[in-house]
Amino acid sequence: MPTISMNVNGISVSAEVENRTVLSTALRENLGMTGTHVGCDTSQCGACVVHVNGKAVKSCTMFAVEADGAEVATIEGQAHSDGSLNVIQQAFQDHHGLQCGFCTPGMIMTATALLRDNPKPTETEIRDHLEGNICRCTGYQGIVNAIMAASGQKPAIAAE
Amino acid sequence: MYNFEFTKPKTIKDAAKALAADGAQALGGGQTLLPTMKQRLAMPETLVSLTEVDGMVGVDSRGTGLTIGGATTHAQVASDAADVYPALAGLAAGIGDPAVRNRGTIGGSLANNDPAACYPAAALASGATITTNKRDIHAVDYFQGMFETALAEDEIITAVQFPIPQAGNYQKFVQPASRFALVGVFVAKTADGVRVAVTGASGSGVYRWTAAETALNSDFSAKAIEGLSDDPSEMITDLHGTAAYRAHLVGVLTRRAVTASR
Repeated sequence: MPTISMNVNGISVSAEVENRTVLSTALRENLGMTGTHVGCDTSQCGACVVHVNGKAVKSCTMFAVEADGAEVATIEGQAHSDGSLNVIQQAFQDHHGLQCGFCTPGMIMTATALLRDNPKPTETEIRDHLEGNICRCTGYQGIVNAIMAASGQKPAIAAE
Repeated sequence: MYNFEFTKPKTIKDAAKALAADGAQALGGGQTLLPTMKQRLAMPETLVSLTEVDGMVGVDSRGTGLTIGGATTHAQVASDAADVYPALAGLAAGIGDPAVRNRGTIGGSLANNDPAACYPAAALASGATITTNKRDIHAVDYFQGMFETALAEDEIITAVQFPIPQAGNYQKFVQPASRFALVGVFVAKTADGVRVAVTGASGSGVYRWTAAETALNSDFSAKAIEGLSDDPSEMITDLHGTAAYRAHLVGVLTRRAVTASR
């Protein structure tokens, strides 16, 4: 089986994978990093979004061998080194951006990519950007509020 | 999914050689191929990744038109073509979702020729030339029906050249689950006349709506095609919409595209 090397959240790792192993499986099963969730496994739900060489991608729809040599960022690398939440994570907590929490890793990684390219998105831009991320609790308003707050803007609707 | 051999060639020549083998399949961004393989609808023996082949990524507007490398992602086209060909950039910005656009490529989309994909409409309406490792193929000759193209087994789309129309626009009615076009219409007003290319509607893939083109050639306005509707007899009926519904959408979206053309 091929051995791949990646830099995941700043740490060099390697894993022995089959060619057919998708990146989400390599992260979860080979590397034990289960923060990246797999919801649909069909590229619809976005729970598995990670960053590969700085770009948000669906890790269930990319082979691990394609990520050989890449820099990968996952939810596990988002908190500060002292364990405290980063601004986006904290905003999700403060603004009820999660209910069951299953979609949250993908939501956070997608929001992180959005705010890097567009630091002050409008509510419409946020909703457009979340097109490929599904929250099956349907808690979108809290997610949008959290991303507004994380970008230093007033949430569209105040949290209860 | 079934397992396979994997190769990541660095040159076009090596990629073509690998693709000539029995059971070999090109892998672009994989946004269609991976889901297809998971369903075991495709079971290639070897995947030949094209993402690291030299010289296949980029948007070049130095010539008279726009040349886009075959392995260029939708996201890059959406950003890099925005100033030169906004209708094309807008189309690219509406494919799938942001994460899909970061992986999916123009070459992959055109090689697959899904009957509901967006890029075939842009290529046909713009009068694009599909450049492969062997030859140049005009869009008119390239699309040959649902999932069928003029490409040979070991032929790779290295670039796509788009002449830039005087005005153009793409309108799509999104099928909300897949985000493919239920119907999409690309209108391009060129020095040679107006071209209207329709995707998503026909069982034979992308086609030109010539009746609308004739009307628009004498008067490029939505009014010129008011009441005009395309023949539904060859159109797709599925759980998302009937042929008659798609035919209606073709008219509506063409009028919207003409109005929005710039």
